[in-house]
Amino acid sequence: MMRKTFAVPGVIALDDLLAGFPHATACLDEGFKIVAVNHLFEALTGYGREAVVGVYGDFIVRSNMGNNRGQIFQRVAESGEAVTIDGDIINRSRKKVPVRFTVSLLHTKRGGRSKGLLMVLEDISVQQKTSQATLFGGDRAADIIGHSPKMQAVFDILPLMSHTEASILITGETGTGKDKIAETIHRNSSRGKYQFVKINCGALPVELLESELFGHVKGAFTGAVRDKAGMFKMADKGTIFLTEIGDMPLSLQVKLLSVLDDRAFYPVGGERKEKVDVRVIAATHRSLRDQVQRGAFREDLFYRLNVLHIHLPPLREREGDIRFLLDYFLQDYATRLGKEVQIFCKAALHHLLDYSYPGNVRELRNIVEYCANVCRKHDINKEDLPRYLFERSLARRQDGDPGGAVPTIAAAEAVHRVKTVEKAEPSVVAATGRRADGDNWTAIEKEMILQALTTGKGNRQKAAELLGWGRTTLWRKIRQHGLV
Amino acid sequence: MVWYEKMKAPMKDKIKILITTQGDFVAQRFDLTSEVVIATVERGEAVDKPRTIIMDRPSPEDLCNMIMEENVALVICGGIEDRHYQFLTWKKIRVIDFVIGDHESALQKAIADDLKQGDMLPLSRGDLSL
Repeated sequence: MMRKTFAVPGVIALDDLLAGFPHATACLDEGFKIVAVNHLFEALTGYGREAVVGVYGDFIVRSNMGNNRGQIFQRVAESGEAVTIDGDIINRSRKKVPVRFTVSLLHTKRGGRSKGLLMVLEDISVQQKTSQATLFGGDRAADIIGHSPKMQAVFDILPLMSHTEASILITGETGTGKDKIAETIHRNSSRGKYQFVKINCGALPVELLESELFGHVKGAFTGAVRDKAGMFKMADKGTIFLTEIGDMPLSLQVKLLSVLDDRAFYPVGGERKEKVDVRVIAATHRSLRDQVQRGAFREDLFYRLNVLHIHLPPLREREGDIRFLLDYFLQDYATRLGKEVQIFCKAALHHLLDYSYPGNVRELRNIVEYCANVCRKHDINKEDLPRYLFERSLARRQDGDPGGAVPTIAAAEAVHRVKTVEKAEPSVVAATGRRADGDNWTAIEKEMILQALTTGKGNRQKAAELLGWGRTTLWRKIRQHGLV
Repeated sequence: MVWYEKMKAPMKDKIKILITTQGDFVAQRFDLTSEVVIATVERGEAVDKPRTIIMDRPSPEDLCNMIMEENVALVICGGIEDRHYQFLTWKKIRVIDFVIGDHESALQKAIADDLKQGDMLPLSRGDLSL
């Protein structure tokens, strides 16, 4: 019969206690040798109880948790603070199993003297598979959704971005989900278990921003009554997300560049160089190339950040996603508000699909939230939509502008695209003498098609070549714009 | 007849044994090893002092390549993933894995043909953790 190990001599058998744990668990003595294990531990590692008792714990679990020479065990034993680390083990079947390790201290009642450690190994292989399936598989993340080809391209590139250490620049209009993409990349990278620190470079004055980013030492300036670790230090081993990087003052851009190059910096007023291991993800709604040309952004920093680039398309360019997102958010809010799932009536839907969403997904979500709260019936009518949607439409009609409102960046981008077409084929625009002047993309696209068709004298093949599209795409868009 | 005598003629005279190490011990994991000891054995006797090689980073693929390039006949290691084990055995390299203990004893036992998979050697040091 197996000899029992007692947690409290003669009172509680340690083996019985561990048997109640829902995960593989081992008790280690002061020298970190195994005292007792439960059945789940035996199943996970492939070692029987008799074989492991008296053997140094990490020799049996064979983890990658960085427990070289028992450093983690030692740290827990000294500090008394439990440690949780995600990693993996290799078991006796030569299989690598993802595991979440939790190591905590066991001490006696008398004087709180350390008696050993408790090591819990939670098998997280199923969780990891599930999270990968939802993030990058068919279902996507719950909060980043879309079926349009442009979003599919973004989804396709995300896993690659997660598995590198290079800096990333995310561009896109306001409300397109730059923050969510950055966080998703971080969460799925090897740095995912460490901090994701976000800072808005446009929200703070330069002195404050420097102190926030790099920290300061006591007495560096009036009010600096104690040392403060900056965001870079807080994000050590993790990721720092610098949003609105285009608004960062030039003086700080120099310092940021040196951090990216040297992976070290001086805190404000400090004399000692702080080393950090941080991945930088930057985002902006501005065109950094234009900023560089205007001298508002350092060219070297631009190239340093622009190692990997993701552009998030505005909602008006995401074919079919508006309808999908409207339904998705409506269902979501209906569930949250405890209502039965509503639907948009035809007129409301027509209005919503026709709107240009300058605030992109954020604006669409807010509109749906408004509707879900205001409407008390099953069908959401035109009257249940926010009033400003109609005011904008009215204003546009009075200005003779049939399309939706477009923010400055969108207009600039649209004009840039038209200019690109002009450059590639000047006759496209010159032939008619007309030019879209910053109204919505649908109108610009329609005009471009008309111009290309005019230049090609009605020949669709030629028009498609001029536009750089396939014939099928042109045909689809001609139908979409009602040009047949 | 000990195991090295069963090997092909060129191996029989002089063979190499590689042990993945971490400090004085056999490394717990093949894929996390960045230090190896290579001993040359001739007819049951170690020739010269075993060489220690420090790799620039732990990489199971680089380690497999090194094992191939060095014409190693026997690998002694701790935990190893099945794909690396299968690769090495497919290349006719003998692997004794899941060995726990100090690498010197492991080598001596291997030379004496007394080392088996999963062996836990009597530890020569009282305090393993430091």
